[in-house]
Amino acid sequence: MVIDLTEKQAFRERMIKALLFFCGMVSVLTTLGIVGILVFETWGFFQHVSFKQFFGDTQWTPLFTNQHFGIWALVSGTVLTSAVAIGTALPLGLLAAIYLSEFATKNFRLFVKPALEVLAGIPTVIYGYFALTFMTPFLQNFIPGLSGFNALGAGIVMGMMILPIIASLSEDAIYAVPPSLKEGAYALGANKLATIFKVVLPSSFSGIAAATILAISRAIGETMIVVIAAGQQPNFSFDPREAIQTMTAYIVQVSLGDTPTGTLAYQTIFAVGMTLFLFTLLLNLFAHHLRRRILKGHL
Amino acid sequence: MENESKNIFQSVKMRSENLKAWFGTHEVLHGITLSVPEKYVTAIIGPSGCGKSTFIRCLNRMHEVVPATKVLGSVYLDAIDIYKNSINPVNLRKKVGMVFQKPNPFPTMSIRDNVLAGLRLQGIKPYDAHATVEKALTQAALWDEVKDILNRPGLSLSGGQQQRLCIARTLALEPEVILMDEPCSALDPIATAKIEDLIQELKSKYTVVIVTHNMQQAARVSDVTAFFYLGELIEFDRTEKIFTTPKNRKTEEYVTGRFG
Repeated sequence: MVIDLTEKQAFRERMIKALLFFCGMVSVLTTLGIVGILVFETWGFFQHVSFKQFFGDTQWTPLFTNQHFGIWALVSGTVLTSAVAIGTALPLGLLAAIYLSEFATKNFRLFVKPALEVLAGIPTVIYGYFALTFMTPFLQNFIPGLSGFNALGAGIVMGMMILPIIASLSEDAIYAVPPSLKEGAYALGANKLATIFKVVLPSSFSGIAAATILAISRAIGETMIVVIAAGQQPNFSFDPREAIQTMTAYIVQVSLGDTPTGTLAYQTIFAVGMTLFLFTLLLNLFAHHLRRRILKGHL
Repeated sequence: MENESKNIFQSVKMRSENLKAWFGTHEVLHGITLSVPEKYVTAIIGPSGCGKSTFIRCLNRMHEVVPATKVLGSVYLDAIDIYKNSINPVNLRKKVGMVFQKPNPFPTMSIRDNVLAGLRLQGIKPYDAHATVEKALTQAALWDEVKDILNRPGLSLSGGQQQRLCIARTLALEPEVILMDEPCSALDPIATAKIEDLIQELKSKYTVVIVTHNMQQAARVSDVTAFFYLGELIEFDRTEKIFTTPKNRKTEEYVTGRFG
């Protein structure tokens, strides 16, 4: 029996390996390319604008004659909408996860889990319209001073968008708590609520934290909802009733085409993009670190 | 001999009557009637799958924690039927504690907090936390080994120490009965010997029921032994009788190692 690879087979093996290697490299090269362009253009931006102007100012008006480059006006908008989103999604998502893993019947779980995935699959532009045409008018019934474009409505709807991330990942984390720990708690005369809050949740803390951080990272990078519903007004304010502009929304505004390439105004979007990228990169690294700790068994 | 046998059962702490238990549609206990003598060690032996673990899990109503399980019959703690409707299993488990096969200290808690976990889970603030911790750990023969490292995680201890920590955690609630489900099966011989010594000491204050795979262990630690086979109680007597002059042929075959 011939067991040696024929030359033709060996060639095919090498080709397949090369193809797979190429596929693996695509994502790496794309990332490197994006980071390279960001760094290059950001460097160009800081040739004209000092760090002091960028980090030491709270006005952002690069498109006006009286130019200010205070990134904090955009960062505050991003932080504000993300905070509202997390404030909405964390309690709801966590309680949903507890319900699904500890109380729901098997059939209900099988029905709700896919429903959550559907929520995650809705295009964000639809969430944006929902925020603008339903959530904001609805909130205006209770909050008189609420402007038509505002961080609150956009943030709440963004919270609904990231709810599935928190609910689903937290549920996995809670589900992964060994039944022996729950039994240990029950055997000590603990009721279900005490078992959940004092044993199960602390044991799945890393997983819940990782889910939350991924969700925050998603909220920071979210674009359509805030473009449509939060206004286009760089505004160094932490009042969610006001119109704001997030970093992502600013990039959209400039990218729409009115700004000629190569100008300083054009370069601003790379500086903002770089800031955004660093935000999400740090959060993702932290989430990754937490997930690795879980895999290693350090709860 | 006969007289002493009567003495042991003079005071019955727990008694099951025609106890049946199911996993789904599978009946694992076919009507067990058995009396657990107060302040003695009762061993439950039998081959895997004979229902011995299920039986003790019925004694503190842990069986029903698993979904799709069912129990019929009665279990009395003193004179109270713990399966009657008015009984809250949560309160019952404060009186009838349980130690599991695999040590399961709470991973997010220190040694001290593990001992106090039962009280805290019930929302009770111990009057003197330090005294409670010291007393429970001393009773569990662990105090000398951990008294200087009480703030370390419970999981940092060795397997045998973790199991004694779990016993301490149960003792801190001052239960009346302690159920042990193969407490040494995950431990090495030295750790096992320590737990066995501990069981001997515990019976001065507590009623102990221990499930074990290990017949030598049953012979060493228990006063009375029940032999279970295929969900039935085959024989129940003083331990030395079960191991020297069993009445039932099946019991004899099992304790002499001919099957199981």
